[in-house]
Amino acid sequence: MKQFAQLIKTLDSTNKTNVKVQALADYFNTANDTDKVWTIAILSHRRPPRPVNTTLLREWAAELSKIPSWLFEESYHIVGDLAETIALVVPSSKKGTHKTLTLFLEEMIALKPKSEEEKKRYLIENWECLDYYERFVFTKLITGGFRIGVSQKLMTKALAKATQLDEDVLAYKLMGNWDPNIISFQDLVLEERESDYLSKPYPFYLAYALEDKVEDLGEVSDWSAEHKWDGIRAQVILRNQEIFIWSRGEELVTDKYPEFLSFVGVIPDGTVLDGELLPYPNGEIGTFNDLQTRIGRKTVSKSLLEKTPVILKAYDLLESEGNDIRSKPYLERRELLEKVVERSQNHNTVTSTPISDLPLLLSERLQFDSWQRVAAERARSREMRSEGLMLKHNHSSYQVGRKKGDWWKWKVEPLTIDAVLTYAMRGHGRRSNLFTDYTFALWDTNEAGEKELVTFAKAYSGLTDAEFREVDAWIKKNTLERFGPVRSVTPHHVFEIAFEGIALSKRHKSGVATRFPRILRWRKDKKIGEANSLDDLRGLIPSVAKESFKSDTK
Amino acid sequence: MKTPLLQFTDKGIYCKAANVYLDPWKPVDKAIISHGHADHSRWGHKKYITHHRNVPIVQHRLGEVSITGKKWGESFSVNGVKFSLHPAGHIVGSSQIRVEHKGEVWVFTGDYKTEDDGLATPYENVNCHTFITECTFGLPAFKWIPQEEVFKDINAWWTENKAEGKTSVLFGYTLGKAQRLLKHLDTSIGKIYTHGAVENMTEVLRPLVNLPETTLVTRETKKEELLGNMVIAPPSAHGSTWIRKMVPYITASASGWMTFRGARRRRAIDKGFVLSDHCDWDGLLDSIKSTGAEKIICTHGYTEIFSRYLRELGYDARTESTQYEGELAEINTSESAKAEVE
Repeated sequence: MKQFAQLIKTLDSTNKTNVKVQALADYFNTANDTDKVWTIAILSHRRPPRPVNTTLLREWAAELSKIPSWLFEESYHIVGDLAETIALVVPSSKKGTHKTLTLFLEEMIALKPKSEEEKKRYLIENWECLDYYERFVFTKLITGGFRIGVSQKLMTKALAKATQLDEDVLAYKLMGNWDPNIISFQDLVLEERESDYLSKPYPFYLAYALEDKVEDLGEVSDWSAEHKWDGIRAQVILRNQEIFIWSRGEELVTDKYPEFLSFVGVIPDGTVLDGELLPYPNGEIGTFNDLQTRIGRKTVSKSLLEKTPVILKAYDLLESEGNDIRSKPYLERRELLEKVVERSQNHNTVTSTPISDLPLLLSERLQFDSWQRVAAERARSREMRSEGLMLKHNHSSYQVGRKKGDWWKWKVEPLTIDAVLTYAMRGHGRRSNLFTDYTFALWDTNEAGEKELVTFAKAYSGLTDAEFREVDAWIKKNTLERFGPVRSVTPHHVFEIAFEGIALSKRHKSGVATRFPRILRWRKDKKIGEANSLDDLRGLIPSVAKESFKSDTK
Repeated sequence: MKTPLLQFTDKGIYCKAANVYLDPWKPVDKAIISHGHADHSRWGHKKYITHHRNVPIVQHRLGEVSITGKKWGESFSVNGVKFSLHPAGHIVGSSQIRVEHKGEVWVFTGDYKTEDDGLATPYENVNCHTFITECTFGLPAFKWIPQEEVFKDINAWWTENKAEGKTSVLFGYTLGKAQRLLKHLDTSIGKIYTHGAVENMTEVLRPLVNLPETTLVTRETKKEELLGNMVIAPPSAHGSTWIRKMVPYITASASGWMTFRGARRRRAIDKGFVLSDHCDWDGLLDSIKSTGAEKIICTHGYTEIFSRYLRELGYDARTESTQYEGELAEINTSESAKAEVE
């Protein structure tokens, strides 16, 4: 544990990637094997389930620190991280520990079914004997992920450096379902075994946003375009009469989308599709809002399945007839993909599923003779229910992770509106103790005919650190009321808010939901009277969405 | 209801009986000044009264002003009100201001810390009925470790950077923190260089305290000459072209705010040392207890939270708003220090 805590401390105290890689590689070269497996698991978000809920943690930490619970809560709002707060307020010890990381995690797993008293005893015992940083790491292991600027990619790179294995191969091995409590370092990292690969997805190939002029990409004939669908990126794996669906967050989501079970027996084994899960109510692509009703559910009711079915819009084929075809050029993979989709619609070999209902559509590949035409297609994106275009080089292989060069996303310009800052909350992590999470409002006329500000969106990105500090200082001096961590502030500042999509919504006070709202600019030149109204916002909704909403509410 | 001995007005903390202000933020006729930081000693007063060790600091900052220096514990009367200054331990020349009238005693702390930093005259408890306290770090999350340990870490960090052939750049507030760092750095490791703002202020303090030799970084300074050595700079220098010339370097900040992992990360500083010139949680609570005061007024910092807790402990505690930056002073030093350099 000492070594792991030291590793986390080093990772947390540098912003330099090569220092992080070196620290991780050193760790992988020296730590014991089970600790290494756990470290890989933790840094790839595979923690064991939380053994104690956070309400109890807070209660016990306050008790041990001899402070009232409200004071603990206030401290937590300011520190912005529960484990850090606990590590800070609990009386310090210098003893430290000699237990291994593995032992701690085994104890935590064993702790889960135990009684509340036993849990309390275990936590207090450890909090009391660990030093400050170990206590932080220990509590973090219980509460949740380490946000220390170590992506899975960075960790894989370090592991490759330490083991002399190929980085892409390692990325592949570390994907999917494996249990750090059982698997050995040898099996996970060093050894290769066919059977382990049944459910394994391939690392997703991700694109950067196009920043330069589209013409700079070269000959338009070398490129294909597809609409950039606004759903969940997913990989659908068919192997050995089984189906596995992986989301981009490397989460196995097969059970959440039972409609795809119909693929088994229709799409041949040894097929891996890359595509987008999209809501498909009333036989057309819905909004991301529709999909939201499905995302959080582990079990799906029949009525929800009927109301908001999901389809796969497939855009790539990674495995064909059991062979990894990622190195083949895009056009060849597309041709094979089109065949798979076509066949699945014509032939039903095993089941009696009505084929026309198979929730599989092809994401159309578009080829244009000029960049102007590409731009014109992009301009239709909102109408197509897409976020813009994906540009893919016709000869591109399917690469690993986010890479520049062969794939680009070319999103439509965001919609914007000028809104008034009305509430603020302290941020987390690097923004702890700073008011950086804001609520924005637009003008509306209430029943009495008076103008009032109505909340429409929250946003917490888009300003520079210096601007955040300025707004923070202003908020601290212009607070009207406090509601726990939230402060209402004098309506005074106008910000231009950008967002990707917009739809009518019954769940929002304003009646409108916006997608990815963020701050575009601080409009210091505008007074609050010049901010936009809710009517202005409604005016941005594409007419299609409004109509389908009406028919929905009837 | 009788007029309280000290009132909070839009100009500052006001003693009506004496017609005197304590650390006022708007121009007044007569001001008693607790210490030299910009939010406490401001422009435009007709007369300044402060501790004599603070006189050169105020003069350096504000130029020729009408100023009187007092000794520790020396009492002086204004319109029958008795005033005296007592060490606050915050920075060189920083004092608490004791006000006595008709048997009633009030103490205004300005900014203070209870740990002896080896530079400022150590904090001294002053018994009183009403204690006006800062609470910049008035949260149980703030617990300082002894400065010997912090400096052991800082010197170890310097040694490590030197071994890697890199320049160490340590950020600290120009007045107070910078000299505290200077005082306790291990000069056997290497030479100490300074940024102009730090050098100027250090020059002002040299006649008052013993400080090691420093070298000003100038346009002529070669970066090779800095390698392995230490540079002390105000936080505003971070990210400036001035500092970029020093590549390869490693940065660190020394401040109470470095308690928060987020505070260091959002400044993109390599390392944070928790070192403050204010009291930590226990320091505040112990000081308050020692004064024997029943009434506590919290001025700047986490005032609402801190005074609520004091009330639960049985004190008659409340909050008054001032224009001392407290919560912002150290965390936003980049802005204030910039103003200072320009």
